Amino acid sequence: MLSAMRLVLARELRLAFRRWGQAATPLMFFMIVTTLFPLALGPPQLGGLASGVLWVAALLSSLLALDALFRADFEDGSMEQLVLTRQPLPILLVARVLAHWLVSALPLILLAPLLALALDLPGRALATLLLALLLGTPTLSFIGAVGAALTTGLRRGSALLALLVLPLAVPVLIFGARATDMAAHGEDPSGALFLLASLLFLSLSLGPFAAAAALRVSLE
Amino acid sequence: MAEQQADILTAENLQLWRGDRRLFEHLFVEARPECMVHIQGANGAGKTSLMRILCGLASPDEGQVCWRGERIGRVRSEFQGMLAYLGHRDGLKHDLSALENLRFCCGLQRSVEEVTLRAALDSAGVGDAADLPVRFLSAGQRRRVAFARVTASAAALWLLDEPFANLDAEGTAFVARTVLGHLEHGGLVVMAAHRLPPELSAARVAIVTLG
Repeated sequence: MLSAMRLVLARELRLAFRRWGQAATPLMFFMIVTTLFPLALGPPQLGGLASGVLWVAALLSSLLALDALFRADFEDGSMEQLVLTRQPLPILLVARVLAHWLVSALPLILLAPLLALALDLPGRALATLLLALLLGTPTLSFIGAVGAALTTGLRRGSALLALLVLPLAVPVLIFGARATDMAAHGEDPSGALFLLASLLFLSLSLGPFAAAAALRVSLE
Repeated sequence: MAEQQADILTAENLQLWRGDRRLFEHLFVEARPECMVHIQGANGAGKTSLMRILCGLASPDEGQVCWRGERIGRVRSEFQGMLAYLGHRDGLKHDLSALENLRFCCGLQRSVEEVTLRAALDSAGVGDAADLPVRFLSAGQRRRVAFARVTASAAALWLLDEPFANLDAEGTAFVARTVLGHLEHGGLVVMAAHRLPPELSAARVAIVTLG
């Protein structure tokens, strides 16, 4: 089972590497959106907004990447082949989502501290911001995978995907932004971080099964 | 009990509706070793739908599909381990090479040697293109790669949906010979095709006509 996960992970990373332009889109989107806010708001209003801006931008860019998660596999028929292997589908999907997260979210997290400083986030909140993003973005990917699995079979699935996934992503947004904010004000953010971690484990344990069921329905 | 262990794919009393049109009802299909099931019918008669039902991708409105006497939903992992499905679409990643595609698909089923995969591509006539991205191959060559995936999978049950599509005369003959060989070695084949090439006239064929 582990070797199957490794195969999926290796294939997805190789594919992402060959289409790096597509893989870089969410990152570029994240950078552009976060730089738009200071331009529109001006320095006086910016104080205190940094964590909110970063989290909303991260959420939207993860949504942007989600639409492509299963679409290509549906169109070229390789999803049928994946579903028809002897391996349990939820396990394969865990690897699939993990690869997606590594490609679309990890670069964004690595870039976040730089953008945070540019947005005037206090330096003492940087570690919390990183940790919150590390806990929160995989949750977004696992929730999003369910939505993507449901909507990929539809012709105009992208808009529906946003309507399905965004409300479910609200708790992650609340606790993620709150944790960063608390750290910025010198408070202890561990409560919000623990909640983020529990959301991650909840989505990790339920998401793949729901996504697998949704994929089977979409393929019919 | 011995009867149940034999490799038999049976579909009983299948019924399928598409909207208010009934594609088929009371349909029985039985695939046994050494006898090919040939599904034929006009365009839109439901050949692909039937193939998808037989491999478990879609479910019929009524009836059931069984592998060795057990419903395929119950023995899914065992059934899918024995199955190679050549769909309407090739199921190849265009950014990966033919070899990488095969390595992934066959690797998920069982551990395979690189030599086996190269040999499968060679005999399918696309050995030269094994390391090229599939994007650069023609439609016929892609079909050959997809068929090589079936032969390299070492599966007992082959479900082939229009395996001759896009193939030239030589490719058609190759697929027909390979299918014949698979049947002689006790394999099971279910094939949806408009007409069978003359090479397959030597095979025992059970015909299912739709529509």
